[in-house]
Amino acid sequence: MKNTYILDGLECANCAAKIEEQVKKIEGVENASVSFFSRKMIIECGESNIDEIIEKAKKIVKKVEPDVKIKKA
Amino acid sequence: MKKKAIQIIVALILFFFSLIVSFENEWINNGIYLIAYIIVGLEIVLKAIRNIFRGKVFDENFLMTIATIGAFFVGDFAEAVAVILFYQVGELFQSYAVDKSRKSITSLMDIRPDYANVKRNNEILKVDPEEVKIGEIIVIKPGEKIPLDGVIIEGNSMVDTSALTGESVPRELNIGDEILSGCINKNGLLAVEVTKEFGESTVSKILDLVENASTKKSKSENFITKFAKYYTPIVVIIAVFLAIIPPFIIPGAIFSDWIYRALTFLVVSCPCALVISIPLGFFGGIGGASKVGILVKGSNYLEALADAEIVVFDKTGTLTEGVFEVQKIEAVGIQKEELLKYVAYVESNSNHPISISIGKTYGEEIDNTKIEEVEEISGHGIIAKIEGKEIIVGNNKLMEKQNIAYDKTEEIGTILYVAIDKKYSGYILIADKIKQDAKEAIKKLKGIGIKQTVMLTGDRKNVGEKVAEELNIDKVYTELLPDAKVEKVEELLKGKSLKGKLAFIGDGINDAPVLALSDIGIAMGGLGSDAAIEAADIVIMTDEPSKVETAIKISKKTLRIVKQNIVLALVIKVGVLILTAFGLSNMWEAVFADVGVSIIAILNALRMLKMSK
Repeated sequence: MKNTYILDGLECANCAAKIEEQVKKIEGVENASVSFFSRKMIIECGESNIDEIIEKAKKIVKKVEPDVKIKKA
Repeated sequence: MKKKAIQIIVALILFFFSLIVSFENEWINNGIYLIAYIIVGLEIVLKAIRNIFRGKVFDENFLMTIATIGAFFVGDFAEAVAVILFYQVGELFQSYAVDKSRKSITSLMDIRPDYANVKRNNEILKVDPEEVKIGEIIVIKPGEKIPLDGVIIEGNSMVDTSALTGESVPRELNIGDEILSGCINKNGLLAVEVTKEFGESTVSKILDLVENASTKKSKSENFITKFAKYYTPIVVIIAVFLAIIPPFIIPGAIFSDWIYRALTFLVVSCPCALVISIPLGFFGGIGGASKVGILVKGSNYLEALADAEIVVFDKTGTLTEGVFEVQKIEAVGIQKEELLKYVAYVESNSNHPISISIGKTYGEEIDNTKIEEVEEISGHGIIAKIEGKEIIVGNNKLMEKQNIAYDKTEEIGTILYVAIDKKYSGYILIADKIKQDAKEAIKKLKGIGIKQTVMLTGDRKNVGEKVAEELNIDKVYTELLPDAKVEKVEELLKGKSLKGKLAFIGDGINDAPVLALSDIGIAMGGLGSDAAIEAADIVIMTDEPSKVETAIKISKKTLRIVKQNIVLALVIKVGVLILTAFGLSNMWEAVFADVGVSIIAILNALRMLKMSK
């Protein structure tokens, strides 16, 4: 299942790459991708533990880019 | 952004004032520098401190803070201010450029309809397109966007499809025609029965495709991300060594001198120029391509296309129109119109594509009372009695079987010989038409260095070979069943060079396995065909095979720019690092290597957005 989020305020390309890399490492995530230009984060994962994964992903975003607001697309 | 610009201008004035007017007490000058620094740089220092507490060391704010505060300590007040000033100018410019390219891509894709006028209980309501259900009637006024896919049930109009196809000439649509969302209704009032929900409509699919394209990363992007991961820590570590070791081992070395060099290293340590300009190049390339009706599903495909070496075309529907048409009527001892009429009557009860194309060419009502005794001879043709005459229509086998003295023709295509009352009366040639730009397309592909062009077809040998010859295609394989096409492509894939890529172009109908198997699958005439949009990596929205060359050209240009940026950034950065280590360069050059290179790389990448037709 694909979940798309908008990362509002994402201004740093290097941070986008860092977020992508770390989100990919979350357990249960099949694939993840962050596009700096469309300000989108797409997480592909199974449905069972989805809430937990999204929570972890949000934490990563907050840590790498504290000013970014995450919205469900 | 405006606030930042004002800060920069004020700091700039103070900086130059202090640079030009030197006071007797140099601390007045230094004080002015300090004020300028606080105005323009405080924000960065605060961010750096905040990020350290969040466990995020080594970000660019931190590096800039260390470098400039270090410069203050070694007494270079002017340099500290200059570095932070330049950095901020660069940042401002960077966000401006990124903003601009984001906007230009979204305006390119400004085809999302905001509302639909739906007819409910004899009232016309303005609703969100997502609320409209299949089977409902929507009304589209002149100048409005078509919100959902459907069929016209009332009215006719010129429709602008340029947002989908890049084609500037509007199409005329009438009752019964299919109409696609994302187009613009130019002049007439239309009533349309909706055939697809918004989420499944063409406009949603295309928006989805383009918006998500930049999430599929190219090899170059992945390389840079990896590179950035190691680059910064390595430069920082070298900087630390540079500050500590030489003063102890080199006799006469001055401590502050080496600290200055180390600080300069920090300024160059940010990989921003690369990290931003490479995806920007691809982003621009994908945007530029969509402007001319070529949808690329990911940076990786755009990158691969530049290495295309073998281009394989499907014949029917790709190089040819895919519709059978009467190409020639040869009448012997009878008027052409007369001959066509008889054949049309004979064929009128058949649903074969060939019969349908004859009916279309004839174009007049068939009077069924005139037809008697229709006999279909499988694999040969039809014999019927029309207006009391015996008409035989069929291939050469039928003519021979019926002992009719006919002139065999060498024309390529499907030939229907006609005999009236056992007397040979001519033939009708039916063939698939080659697309207007097909020949040009092949020629252009050779012109940009494609090593081999191949055509695959399920059609008969003589038809396939004639088309290939006319188009100057290198290799042709005919009479292939769908699974044989897969085998042929597998064979071709083995024959290419290590780095070379194979692109397959089909119309998306029953060639999905081949599209998936090829390095790059390109579907043509994707307009309205879901299968094509799903299966392919690149979708050409128009029916023109010449767009393949356009796509490859865009891809090559994108890669050229990306490579230029990589080389430019690396050469300048490494160059400045080396010069700095030997004390031949100062912080000014370092700022250029950081911010200046970023700006140049971004400007270079922005060229992709100006892709013309």
